[in-house]
Amino acid sequence: MIQFILRRLAVAIPTLLVLIVISFILMKVAPGNPFAGERTVPQAVLDNILARYGLDKPEWQQLVEYVYNVVFRLDFGPSFQYRDRTVNEIIGQGFPVTFTYGAWAFVFATLIGVSLGIVAAVRQNSWLDYLAVGFTVGAQVIPNFVIAPILVLVFTLWLRWLPGGGWNGGHWSNVIMPVIALSTSYLANIARITRSSMLEVLSSNYIRTARAKGLPSYQVIFGHALRPALLPVVSYLGPVFVGMVTGSVVIDLYFSTGGIGQAFVNSALNRDYSTILGITILLGALTITANLVVDILYAWIDPKIQL
Amino acid sequence: MLADQRIETLTRHPAEVVVPQKGRSLWMDAGRRFMRNRAALASLIVLLCVVAFTFIGPFFARWSIEKIDWTVVGSVLAKGFPSIETGHFFGTDEVGRDLYSRVIQGTQVSLMVGIVGSTIAVIVGTIYGAIAGYFGGRLDSIMMRLVDIIYSIPYMFILILLLIIFGRSFIMLFVGIGLVSWLGMSRVVRGQTLTLKNREFVEAAIATGATPLTVIFRHIVPNLLGIVAIYATLLIPEMILLESFISFLGLGVQEPNTSLGALISEGARTMQYGTIWQLLFPLAFFVVILFTFFFVGDGLRDALDPKDR
Amino acid sequence: MAPVLTVKDLNVRFALHHSTVTAVNDLNFTLEAGETLAVVGESGSGKSQAFMSLMGLLAKNGTVTGEALMGDVNLLALSKPALNEYRGRDIAMIFQDPMTSLNPALRIKTQLAEVLVRHKGQDQKTAERHAVEMLERVGIPEPAKRAESYPHQMSGGMRQRVMIAMALLCQPKILIADEPTTALDVTVQAQMLDLFRTLTNDFGTSLVMITHDLGVVAGIADRMMVMYAGRSVEKGTVDELFYDPRHPYTLGLLTSTPHVEERSRRLNPITGSPPNIEHLPRGCSFHPRCAFRFERCFAEVPPLRELENGRAKACHYEDKLVYEESAA
Repeated sequence: MIQFILRRLAVAIPTLLVLIVISFILMKVAPGNPFAGERTVPQAVLDNILARYGLDKPEWQQLVEYVYNVVFRLDFGPSFQYRDRTVNEIIGQGFPVTFTYGAWAFVFATLIGVSLGIVAAVRQNSWLDYLAVGFTVGAQVIPNFVIAPILVLVFTLWLRWLPGGGWNGGHWSNVIMPVIALSTSYLANIARITRSSMLEVLSSNYIRTARAKGLPSYQVIFGHALRPALLPVVSYLGPVFVGMVTGSVVIDLYFSTGGIGQAFVNSALNRDYSTILGITILLGALTITANLVVDILYAWIDPKIQL
Repeated sequence: MLADQRIETLTRHPAEVVVPQKGRSLWMDAGRRFMRNRAALASLIVLLCVVAFTFIGPFFARWSIEKIDWTVVGSVLAKGFPSIETGHFFGTDEVGRDLYSRVIQGTQVSLMVGIVGSTIAVIVGTIYGAIAGYFGGRLDSIMMRLVDIIYSIPYMFILILLLIIFGRSFIMLFVGIGLVSWLGMSRVVRGQTLTLKNREFVEAAIATGATPLTVIFRHIVPNLLGIVAIYATLLIPEMILLESFISFLGLGVQEPNTSLGALISEGARTMQYGTIWQLLFPLAFFVVILFTFFFVGDGLRDALDPKDR
Repeated sequence: MAPVLTVKDLNVRFALHHSTVTAVNDLNFTLEAGETLAVVGESGSGKSQAFMSLMGLLAKNGTVTGEALMGDVNLLALSKPALNEYRGRDIAMIFQDPMTSLNPALRIKTQLAEVLVRHKGQDQKTAERHAVEMLERVGIPEPAKRAESYPHQMSGGMRQRVMIAMALLCQPKILIADEPTTALDVTVQAQMLDLFRTLTNDFGTSLVMITHDLGVVAGIADRMMVMYAGRSVEKGTVDELFYDPRHPYTLGLLTSTPHVEERSRRLNPITGSPPNIEHLPRGCSFHPRCAFRFERCFAEVPPLRELENGRAKACHYEDKLVYEESAA
């Protein structure tokens, strides 16, 4: 088990370093510097500013210092755009918001998706199955930036039940629509994957054996079929995580929730490179961690994989 | 007497008559199966209609994609709705440009993005995956490790970074999409190559002294075409979704050019003013294209790989 | 003594897209206590489906009619929960492919113990202890250690032993073995047959051995039933059928089996291929492949008729079956 995790980390850590270096180089080769708009500032002042951000040092030294600060001090440095704030502060403000609705969306998509998939598979060719299949086909071609406005149209403009945006400290009425908009297409995909894998497992020989033993249906389904059927679902959770991280940009923009996606787009448009870099690295690290967790989970479910 | 009866039974039970099977290629067989799949066939026809529309449609347009109709500016809700009289068949957008022309152009761009993305995937992914799978061993593990690494980077953020740093352009968009689209394909192709390379016909080719490249491109790649075709078809809607996401962020193709994603995000923004057609027309095209590609891809999969259901 | 299982007019049908096929057609037989009945036929003859239907394991598009009396219980009339009381306890089944018949995600002991927990009401601890004992009985070395492992850590022969152990845990009255040795090596096959013989003897279990391998039949069975195209075409003791086959198909099976001691003899394979049950020939299903057919065979389905001392056959041809060399 520990060996397995170590082996995975041996891939994950270089990946992260590569990510940091690539992003850093991209930033450096970008035309124009973040202070290009301030031509009226006297050269002495500009030098001063550059020195403050460490931009007067040779580039390799900047890179080394940056990597050192990120890895050992978890410090992403000052923001290039907001003079009085650090990247850590910007991330610290947005991350809890994104984490809140993101976690809810993840749990919601997984639990409901898996349940829907199981029910559809067990009651194959029933109206419930058709409904589930129809829903999954429909939901996977409608992107979240379409679902979001439709939700707002219905629940805010017509029914006036829910606020159309804002965070409000994470009040449930502000969380609902972001969670639904973010999770729907993944919920649909999880349901589809669960259904087809469940159907395959249910027609397998070892399920026939379980039935021949006289086990009641619920035990056949939950004791014998569920675990093997979940394997493809688990390996899909990695992409779900990445997709949700990406999708949070849409959610933040549309619902003005003030999450990390909003910070990313703002800094991207303002050429606040240090913030972009910080957020990219953070999300990269999260993604890599999530993939690691998924791998461990997979190995735990499938005894054929040696830990 | 016996023989007569025998012939009679045979003619009465035609299934028993063994007709010498005419050589039918795998692809003809698959074509027949595809034609019998009604959802896939209908989707293909609809898709072809949409494509044809993007070619024929412009001849009926009375406005260009950037010409502003000053008569509707300021009162888009009252005057910019879809109408045959004004020549704005799909209405106008918020600043008074003809939505009909813009939807056609957006559809073209979205389709192109999908096709370019999946073409890159087919070329790069097939070659990469086939080489990794065929040679195996150390080369394979290094090549696939690289894919793993790129895969676990949140590419959307890198893509956004690229677009911001190097500016928005078609080229940058295609480069960005091309960077990520081939990853999945290379994995699929590698997996298939691994199973194919131990098959007798490949071993036979090796035994006759064929070079590795000959074996890969003459014997293995042709046998991969089925799965590559399926995957490429399923990749197109994914690429379209990816582009539309970038457009939603305002980082896609530049004005006055547009794409379905950009039109949808504009429409979604203005929906609350009541100009719902600005969302509905591009959305309808978008959904129809994605749906039909999904069904065609599914149909192809069933047709080419009937046991996999 | 009353038979442990009496099957009357068993019919199994499958609904296809535009039609129905009859996989098992008016099957009648009995299974006596403690005996071993071999059910022989080519693939597609309906032999597996007949017994799957008794176990309630038909595919979703399958329906079954008729009666299968185990004591005074009609298995085919039971609801699913009621049937679950019997299967695994009084009637158990072993399947052809041991590689895929065990759940890959569960430990061996879990898969064994749940049978006892379910049917004998034992607690987990006791059940696991009994499971290990049973593993030992079926000849698994280091049973306590093996019980902890997962199926993929065992060979095919070991897995089939596990399947046998699982089926016999509750000492069932009837054990149905569906080609249990087909997927195994020949040397392992012999061990397995030995195991079946000993254990069914010890537990007094009646064994149904579904097979297409006459070697297996000779090694283990008391009586046999030959099936062709969903019908039983000949029944009798193994000796009778082996030395005095009355149905041309039985004869064909025998003459197409190679014997070690008669290496010089030419084999007489049955010509043609098994019929497509979607389009059965009219009359006797076997007539297109039969060397003894005459007019009646093309028109009339031969009924299964009782012969002397419990034998039965379904064939219009009355004379002694003599193979002419030219017939082959």
